Amino acid sequence: MNENLFTPFTIPMMLGIPITTLIIMFPTMLFPTPNQLINNRMITIQQWLTKLTSKQLMNTHNPKGQTWSLMFISLFLFITFTNLLGMLPHSFTPTAQLSMNLGMAIPLWAGTVVMGFRNKTKISLAHLLPLGTPTFLIPMLVMIETISLFIQPLALAVRLTANITAGHLLLHLIGSATLALVNISLFTALITFTILTLLTILEFAVALIQAYVFTLLVSLYLQDNT
Amino acid sequence: MASVIPRKEEKLLDVKIGELPSWILTQDFTPNGIAGAFQRGYYQYYNKYVSVKKGSFTGLSTVLAAYMLFNYCCSYKEFEHEWPRKYH
Repeated sequence: MNENLFTPFTIPMMLGIPITTLIIMFPTMLFPTPNQLINNRMITIQQWLTKLTSKQLMNTHNPKGQTWSLMFISLFLFITFTNLLGMLPHSFTPTAQLSMNLGMAIPLWAGTVVMGFRNKTKISLAHLLPLGTPTFLIPMLVMIETISLFIQPLALAVRLTANITAGHLLLHLIGSATLALVNISLFTALITFTILTLLTILEFAVALIQAYVFTLLVSLYLQDNT
Repeated sequence: MASVIPRKEEKLLDVKIGELPSWILTQDFTPNGIAGAFQRGYYQYYNKYVSVKKGSFTGLSTVLAAYMLFNYCCSYKEFEHEWPRKYH
């Protein structure tokens, strides 16, 4: 029982070779390129959804920030579909690995910060001090704001990892509890099964929400710095 | 029985089992060749089941079911001792 809990999170291997890259590239197979004016149903639905989310995400940015729209939409679609595919039984979720989320969060956050420092140096430095602080608090507050700036990529990555990992773990635990309870007391097993159903619905929602939150926060960091 | 079209252009599902070894020998195993085979396979499935006039959810769900089966096979070793049994 102790070792089995975390085996869904181990790197998937096929004949001793890790196939993580193939699994990360699998969602791209589900997005064919539209090559006509009026496409088949799958592409039409995807195009409609993409337009909807891109308008929602990018309408608060100025034209300079909107140059990042391709980046944000691909990020959002990638995280959403990787999380949703991870809800299938026995599948591997790449976004449950901290290494991958750090690899996504740190470059994006660093990009927004560097862009802010290069283009609007004074304003970026001014962000480190909230308006209207008493004079004697200034040194400490600048330090605190710097620390909170550097925590942003860590928080982005750990938030996504922890949410997905915790959700999957809970599902595994409650599922095995339901199975174990069936022989002992059927009524308790039914209650546990109801909890399992509710949790599954929650997990689907979390998969979508986490992608949205990740992208939204990066876009907020961009807005600060554009 | 020899087939009518040249051996190299025959699709895998049309090859008869007895002719399979000779079909494998005519295939191109360079990286370019393998990439081309995957591309052809993808578009064969896509054009037959997804990009049709009244495509339905079946085209996508078959792919997801195959993905699930693939993951089941890859992680079989890890859960084969978790099956409901009297003594573990």
